[in-house]
Amino acid sequence: MTAALLQILLNGAASGGVYALVALGYTLIFSVLGVINFAQGALFSLGGYFTFLLMGGRIGVNGALPGWHLPVALPFWMALLLAAIGAGVVALLVERVAFAPLRRRGADPLLSLITSLGAGVVLVNLLQILMGAEGYAFPAGAAALAGLPEALFIGGARIRTVQVVLLLISALAVAALTLWLGRSRTGQAMRAVAEDPTAARLMGINSGAIIRLAFLLSGMLAGLGGGLIGLSVSLAGPYFGISFGLKGLAVLVLGGLGSVPGAIAGGLLMGLAEALIPSEASGWRDALAFAVLFAVLVLRPSGLLGRRLLEKV
Amino acid sequence: MPDNGLLVQMILGALLGLSVYLPMAAGQLSLATPAFYAVGGTLAALMATHGDHQGAISLGAVLWEMVVAGAFTAALAALVGLPVLRLRGIYLAIATIALVEIVRVAILNLPFTGGATGIFGIPQPFNQPLGYIALSGGLLALSGWGCQRLEASRLGRAMAAIRDDELATRCMGINTTRVKLSAFVASAALAGVTGVIAAHYLNTWNARQGSFDVAITTLAFVILGGSRSWLGPVIGGLLLTALPELLRPVGDLRLVLFGLVILLGPVFFPQGLITPELLERLGRWDLRRLKP
Repeated sequence: MTAALLQILLNGAASGGVYALVALGYTLIFSVLGVINFAQGALFSLGGYFTFLLMGGRIGVNGALPGWHLPVALPFWMALLLAAIGAGVVALLVERVAFAPLRRRGADPLLSLITSLGAGVVLVNLLQILMGAEGYAFPAGAAALAGLPEALFIGGARIRTVQVVLLLISALAVAALTLWLGRSRTGQAMRAVAEDPTAARLMGINSGAIIRLAFLLSGMLAGLGGGLIGLSVSLAGPYFGISFGLKGLAVLVLGGLGSVPGAIAGGLLMGLAEALIPSEASGWRDALAFAVLFAVLVLRPSGLLGRRLLEKV
Repeated sequence: MPDNGLLVQMILGALLGLSVYLPMAAGQLSLATPAFYAVGGTLAALMATHGDHQGAISLGAVLWEMVVAGAFTAALAALVGLPVLRLRGIYLAIATIALVEIVRVAILNLPFTGGATGIFGIPQPFNQPLGYIALSGGLLALSGWGCQRLEASRLGRAMAAIRDDELATRCMGINTTRVKLSAFVASAALAGVTGVIAAHYLNTWNARQGSFDVAITTLAFVILGGSRSWLGPVIGGLLLTALPELLRPVGDLRLVLFGLVILLGPVFFPQGLITPELLERLGRWDLRRLKP
């Protein structure tokens, strides 16, 4: 009994780690710009497909170039890292097209919700044209994970190695980012821009560069999450990132908009809550995140760890 | 020249465009139109297949379904909107995305909505598209007239004021939450009623009718047409529904196209096709012609 419970909790924590990655990506941009990048889910998809292609995966029959593959076949670690960087670069492009022009014009921030949604739709559908709508499993070599056994036994509970790796990488990325935001000079500059962009600029901080850095990092987090989920459960079509992106939004609200510890705690909680849903009701699992979202909006809109909402005049 | 079936779809598109436009006229981004559309369609499908309508259904019964669906979606919108609309605009966008997902999962999993295949054999009140053109066209004319009246009313001006500056509007003593809620509820009821017509017209209804794609498509209607007047989303809805059908080769690129409209529209033509200047020019032209 306890072993079974432990297994459920570990699995929940692993998917919770990925939710935290996605939510943290939103949080980075939200805390700097006060807006949400709705293209985050598409970047998550891109990360998964980039990893797949870099590992030498072939495009399926419904894609634009059936049977085509990159002339390289990198090991998973390297492919994942490059895919994350690739997703980060695309995020920079999204910033350039969907956010920068509106910011320069001083337009209503709500408009960038619309443009980033458009950017996400374009990215996912281009991906669909290139790769087809079918799902992809990662090449067989990836599952072996450099000679690690397929499953580990912790206190009698059997857990797939992939899940442990997922949890470890998520935890590492989250810890590194939190430390860097809090301690480094650039991290401090980022928080300064978040607090007051004009004052930050007067202090000699290049706020444009800080904003681009936030996009690069959040894109990399999304790409990392996409690659990891691809390894753990396969890529279920180009839209698979969108559903993670949407759940990430729920996690974001649960933890409190703009709060880094909130995004982490919210992600873990959501993963655990989903894992505890009995299998008879698994059809409803996808709705749980959004039911939680509504509950939070009604009971405590500032989220678990968010600051109280105060509007400045 | 588009055939009659396409014309029905165009009018339904225009109605959904209006549904997205209403909250936007009060400065709120709601992506919930597909959710209410799906709920309206499901209600119609359930009512029509559970009564004793043998293959055909009377127009009166369909009108009654529209009343029920309108009331139900309006109540649902009030329930969802009340907590969310007290908060900043961004929360409404998030909450409405969540609503679309919840409704989709609910229609897929509820024991009486037919699961993934949906509900089949919804009886038709008309034999030909012409009847549907009359019904949906009548609804569009009524909604357009309502929006025209709204723009000149106290509520409509309050909506425009919130769109310009919410804080200033509140300082003028206007209950901004109530105004935003009214726009959201009207938007929901319109989408629900449109869903009833669509369910009968399509003959079958399932969870995919209210997917996230519909949110993108309908948002593109408003961005292309412009959200400064109710005519914008109507024109946008008519045009963008007809376009992919007329340009068959576009096929796979349809959503890329709509995505590009949403991505580039607010940057390059923030007012859409139907701008206030255009309306004013048309108005002047009208007046000149009317003068003796």
